Formats: sequence, C-alpha cells, structure tokens
Amino acid sequence: MGDPKKIQKLMFFLLLLATIIIIVPVVAIFAIILFHGLPALNWGFIFGMPREGMRAGGIFPTIIGTLYLTLGTMAFSLPLGVLAAIYLTEYAAENWLTRLIEISIINLAGIPSIVYGLFGLGLFVMFLNFGASILAGSLTLAIMTLPVIVTASREALITVPKSFREVSYSLGASRWQTVWGVVLPNAIPGILTGTILGLSRAAGETAPILFTVAAFYLPALPRSIFDQAMVLPYHIYVLSTQVPNVPAKIQYGTILVLVLFVFIMNISAAFLRAHFRKRKLW
Amino acid sequence: MTKLTTQSEVIIVVEEQIKRMQAKNINAWFYDKQALQNINLDIYDKKVTAIIGPSGCGKSTFIRNLNRLHETVPGARVSGTILLDGENILQGSYDAVALRRKVGMVFQKPTPFPTMSIYDNVTAGLKLYGRQSKSDLDLLVEKSLKRAALWEEVKDILDKPGISLSGGQQQRLCIARALTIEPEVILLDEPCSALDPISTSKIEELIHELKHKYTIVIVTHNMQQAARVADYTAFFLMGELVEFDQTSKIFTAPTDKRTEDYITGRFG
Ligand SMILES: Nc1ncnc2c1ncn2[C@@H]1O[C@H](COP(=O)(O)OP(=O)(O)O)[C@@H](O)[C@H]1O
Ligand SMILES: [Mg+2]
Repeated sequence: MGDPKKIQKLMFFLLLLATIIIIVPVVAIFAIILFHGLPALNWGFIFGMPREGMRAGGIFPTIIGTLYLTLGTMAFSLPLGVLAAIYLTEYAAENWLTRLIEISIINLAGIPSIVYGLFGLGLFVMFLNFGASILAGSLTLAIMTLPVIVTASREALITVPKSFREVSYSLGASRWQTVWGVVLPNAIPGILTGTILGLSRAAGETAPILFTVAAFYLPALPRSIFDQAMVLPYHIYVLSTQVPNVPAKIQYGTILVLVLFVFIMNISAAFLRAHFRKRKLW
Repeated sequence: MTKLTTQSEVIIVVEEQIKRMQAKNINAWFYDKQALQNINLDIYDKKVTAIIGPSGCGKSTFIRNLNRLHETVPGARVSGTILLDGENILQGSYDAVALRRKVGMVFQKPTPFPTMSIYDNVTAGLKLYGRQSKSDLDLLVEKSLKRAALWEEVKDILDKPGISLSGGQQQRLCIARALTIEPEVILLDEPCSALDPISTSKIEELIHELKHKYTIVIVTHNMQQAARVADYTAFFLMGELVEFDQTSKIFTAPTDKRTEDYITGRFG
C-alpha cells in the first residue's frame, strides 16, 4: 500500500467531494427558486386572493389552508403520538403485543404517501362521510405523521434519566404522577422537535391531501373543518400542470412560499433543540 | 430516658431504644444474582444508623428495600420481612406509595428536577396530595428550607431553577424536598460523595440537627463520616451483614476480624 499520508489526503478529498455533491442540488434548487420567485413576493401576493383564473393576484387561501391543515394534523397526531409513546416506554410489558405495535409503527413510516391518500379517501371522506374536508385531510396527514412523533417522543422519554423517576417515586408519587409530573416535562423539548419535523414533512405532501381536502379553486376562505381548502403543495401542482399560461413569477413565488413555510418550521425545530441543549437539563 | 426501679431498690437508667424499623432475613436479587444474604438489622428511632462497606456490597440495595424502591428495578426480587411500626412493609398489600411518604430518601447525586424552580422542587412531593393554598405552601417551603439549612442562601431566589444552585446547595435542596412530605425515617444514600468538604460538613451538621426529629439511615463509604455522624454502624461485605453495633464499639473494638480489617483500611 502507498504512503499513509497520501492516502489520508486522498480520503480527505473524496469525503469533501461527497459533501459538496450533496450540497450542490440543495443550493441550486434554492438559488433557482429564489431567483424566479423573489420578485413575486410582496404583501399583495401573500395576503391577496387569486384573480384571473389564478394567473394573477395572491395565494392567501392556500397559505391559510396549509396553516389550518398543519394545525389540524398536530391537534390529532401530537396527543395521540405522545400518549402512545408514553404507553410504549413507561407501561408496555415486553411481549408479542408490544412488538407487534412497534413493528406496525415502523411499517407505518414506510408506507408510500399515495396509499395514505387513498386510505384517507376510503375511511374519512367516504366511510365516515366527512367529505373532502380539512377534517379528513388533517386526520390523513396525522396518521402519516404519527410514526415520526411516536418515535421522537419515545426517544425523548427514554433519555430522561432514571434518577428523576426514582426521586419522584421516593416522594410518594405513583407511576402516572411520575410520568406526568416529572418525565413528560423533561421530555417536552425532544417531543416538540420531533413533532415540528413531522409536521413540516406533512405540510409539503401532496398525495395524502389530493383526494381528502385539496380544492382546485375556492372563491372564499374555508369557514369550518368540514370545508375543503386550497393547499400550497396541490396549488403548485395545479399552477404548473392544470392551468395554462400562469406567469413563471407566480409559479415560483408559490413554490418559494411553501419552501419558506417548511424551512421556518425546520429552523425553529433546530433552534428549539439548540436552546434546550444549551440549558443542559441534566 | 426512663427510670426503672429494680427490686433491690437500685435505680438504673437505661436509654429507651425504640426500634423504628426491623429487617428480618432479607434476601435480595437482581435476576439470578443475589445482592443481599439473610440480613437482620434494627433501625433505632431518632438515631443515626450508618451503613458502611466496600462498593458493591449491597448497601444501596438494602436501604432501597426500606422504601421499596428496589422493586421498581427490572429483575429485582426480595424475600424476608421489614417491620415499620409493627407492619410488614414488604407484603404485597402494603401500599408502597404510603410507605414512601413515611420513609423519605436522598440520593447520591443531587437531583433537583431540572424543569422546576427551587420553590417547586421543595413542594414537588406535596403537589401529589392535591391543591394547597399558596400561603400554606409558602410556610412549608420556608420551614423545610430552614430545616435543611438552606433558607438563608435561597430565600430571595426561590423562583430560580433548582439546578442553578451549587452542588452542595442542590443536595440540601433535595433534603428539603424530602423533608416537606414529613417522613418519619430518612434514607441518605452516600449524600456527600459528590460534594466538596465544606458542603459535606454542612450536611453532617444538618444530620446532627435532623436526628432530634427523624430516624436516619445513612450509607457512606467514608468511615470518618460514619464515625462522626452515626450512633450505630452496620458493616456490610459481599451482601452480608458482618457486624452491627454502636458506632463507638465498631470503631474501637470490633468483634469480627473482617470489620477490623476494613476500618483499619486493610481492604476495600
Ligand atoms: N440495577 C441493578 N441490576 C443488576 N445488578 C445490580 C443493580 N444494582 C446493583 N446491582 C448489583 O448488586 C450488588 C449490590 O449493589 P449495591 O447495593 O448498589 O452496592 P453498594 O451500594 O454497596 O455499592 C452489586 O453487585 C451490583 O452489581
Ligand atoms: Mg450504592
């Protein structure tokens, strides 16, 4: 074999190259979107209603729709995910049922999003008769987000040191009081970080909302959870394939808003994590 | 003190020795590994009992049976009897939660709850009993912190996080937290091993104060500490109780060769 120093240099170069190759597409995508989309961005675009068959005006209804849908998803998936995680980490015995649940969660994470969309259509829209609505879309996205939230929450619960649980027991707390009063508060940063990341993925999905909530065009904002809504990812699809002659500025502007929406969520998750790490809980 | 008059009219004075807790034939396991072998030990009321011995000899396992924390560990089992006020706390029908309100504990590593202020840490155990008025809580917080000799240092910063205190203050905060639930017995598992000498002597002074009101069991691997604070000392070795006696006797005239070897530093 050759000179170890040379190999060292070569390896360093290869690793650097691999890293750069990863960065290039990210930077390129951002650059193109910013270049074409930034000129569209103004108050009128963000807070205005679409006009002239969505070829002009703003995209306010799609932003509101995405916001409602994200909040709706969280309303279902956060409590359900956290309670399931608590059961699995703090209560479940080591048996076949627990293992079955764990395997289900892993598999849930691997299901293609179009399958969630069709499942949501079958269960929520048709069988439960919610119709295509914010409710049906939120529930569908919630199921898709659950594995991320359950996994992140379990991780966060498990890392709370045993010593805190023991102190709690030693003060005469029951198991549930210990979980609720001591373990959960210490796990909240991890749970929130995982939840935001799961939601940011859901916010950008198209397939699960296609048949469950997304509207091609609505003249007014949704007024209840049983209304359909215009949603950012689907709107991008509509603008780029279903409506002829949409100015590129509007198409890219809409993409930029969605990317920013997701980006802000991811950044806040990262900040949250950094903030709590700095506070060094234990 | 009680005066006993014998038939020959000679007045002798004996100190009353109430047994607060009695451990009988205690065997404990982690899975297949036996950690305690047939321990028989009495804990006297309003006295300090020290448990000494090399690390891994079962000191923690023993006191963690006195408040049944042992059973929360996966694979842990125990057999035997531990009497508290005449009742066997190891029997299944004895409520472990009620027991732990009578037998409080302070751990080796200071562990204030990181999400809670100093005030909330002190009241953490009380919150479990439901709501109490703020003024009642304020009084209890002051009382507990005074008993734990921490009040003067923290009275102006009660809303600061408990973990912002120094290690020694954190440990006194943990003692205050344990005192707030008004236990009868306090278990201290090497409470000073993570502390500097000044904090250690503060805690030792505190133990001297506390024993007027509480029965104290302290695990320590520091023999000077046992000699300084304890009325009785038990020497454990490899899961067995080798010798138990008044501290002065253990340190000046131990009956077992192994005790003598240990306290003179020949092993451990
Ligand atoms: N959670 C546990 N699981 C398995 N074995 C344990 C556990 N805790 C303690 N032990 C074992 O039990 C024995 C006694 O431990 P311990 O009571 O902690 O000793 P000490 O407090 O005197 O240092 C040791 O051999 C230790 O390895
Ligand atoms: Mg120990």
